[in-house]
Amino acid sequence: MLKNRIIPCLDVKNGRVVKGINFIDLKDAGDPVEQAKIYSDGGADEICFLDITASNENRDIIYDVVEKTSKKCFVPLTVGGGIRSVEDINKLLNCGADKVSINTAAVENSKVVIESSKRFGSQCIVVAIDAKKNGNKWEVFTHGGRNNSGIDALEYANQMEENGAGELLVTSMDRDGTQVGYDTDLMFKISSKVNIPVIASGGVGNLNHLVDGIKLGKASAVLAASIFHYGKYSVKEAKEYMDLKGIPVRI
Amino acid sequence: MNVTIVDYNSGNISSVINSFNEVVKDKVNIEVTSDLKKIKSSDKIVLPGQGSFKSCVEALNNIDGLSDALNEFTMTNKKPLLGICVGLQMFADIGYEETETKGLGWISGKVSKIDNQDGKYKLPHIGWNQITVIKDSKIFKDIENNSHMYFVHSYEFVPKDKSVISATTDYSSNIVCSVEKENIFGTQFHPEKSDKLGLKIIDNFINL
Repeated sequence: MLKNRIIPCLDVKNGRVVKGINFIDLKDAGDPVEQAKIYSDGGADEICFLDITASNENRDIIYDVVEKTSKKCFVPLTVGGGIRSVEDINKLLNCGADKVSINTAAVENSKVVIESSKRFGSQCIVVAIDAKKNGNKWEVFTHGGRNNSGIDALEYANQMEENGAGELLVTSMDRDGTQVGYDTDLMFKISSKVNIPVIASGGVGNLNHLVDGIKLGKASAVLAASIFHYGKYSVKEAKEYMDLKGIPVRI
Repeated sequence: MNVTIVDYNSGNISSVINSFNEVVKDKVNIEVTSDLKKIKSSDKIVLPGQGSFKSCVEALNNIDGLSDALNEFTMTNKKPLLGICVGLQMFADIGYEETETKGLGWISGKVSKIDNQDGKYKLPHIGWNQITVIKDSKIFKDIENNSHMYFVHSYEFVPKDKSVISATTDYSSNIVCSVEKENIFGTQFHPEKSDKLGLKIIDNFINL
């Protein structure tokens, strides 16, 4: 049977790993290539790089990081952050990324997802949805959580599936960095609305949260950064715990 | 030994290249090319494929003489070829992704969409799934039954002659995930992304 995936995410800035708390207050904590290798050796099902400040700064350094990582890690590598065009996607894929995660550009220009999924295949196009609750709905944010597009996240999820996204990476802006758990209500609503896999993100503080993401959020995969990165738990521990709770994982 | 990874603009093949280089170190020469002469003179061929069946077949046909060269290599000279993902699917007579498209016709059968049972199964089938080995395949040496491999696809190869099937995986139904017919090998999953066990499969192919 198909296993639920655990995806450690490394936030990368200027070629170094950081993890923001609510997208600010960054702490430097290591070399992305080495970190990725540790994760893949430890049983990570995929690795995700998020180039967090890429929208504003010179991002060529990420290509080098991706190239080096892909020569050492033989599990899927997803790279996101600052992708503006089909050409950016082409460049990342050529450097060895297996998938790209598109956020702001998917909101601003629907052609990016439509054209890239046609050219490279839906399997490598992940649309990242940063959503924040407003009343009884969720709105899509862009530019690393700085701008509110006002777009309804559930309708947007449907639209992205139609445009050719192969997966959705859904981050709760309210929960990101808080360590109080995923917004499982949001995950469940989006996952029930689309036929493509949903990756839950934002807010993991303990292993039970990962279980909730799958059981309550109905996500196909769970993404987390700080609980793995600061050594609170290993990927192996996370998998053993999920297995214990009856969630199918690759051990 | 020369192993050629066919570069025919079938999408992202850097992971395939990286994994083969990792396995062979410097012992085997890995060429990444669509040069017909090099293809004809190689000892083994890897046929990757990403995107749709239609786009891969079109990309293959866009290179003059490529499908004839592959045909000669595989069907006449009977040299080993490994198809990965859509590379495997193209062995079929026909595929139904986007529109009806003729395949290479090396292994009789069709490529059709996985039955998602009215939304019960998400598509693409993405992630790690276990393989059920149903016949001994040379590329499965030291690979245990029920090993996990990495999949990402929405279409499945349905061969007419079931005896070519070497492994299946359970997703909605028993999906064909590996075939072996004489010198022709194929995996629906991505050995290049399936960590150590995937690299072992690549190693087995290199050592055929």
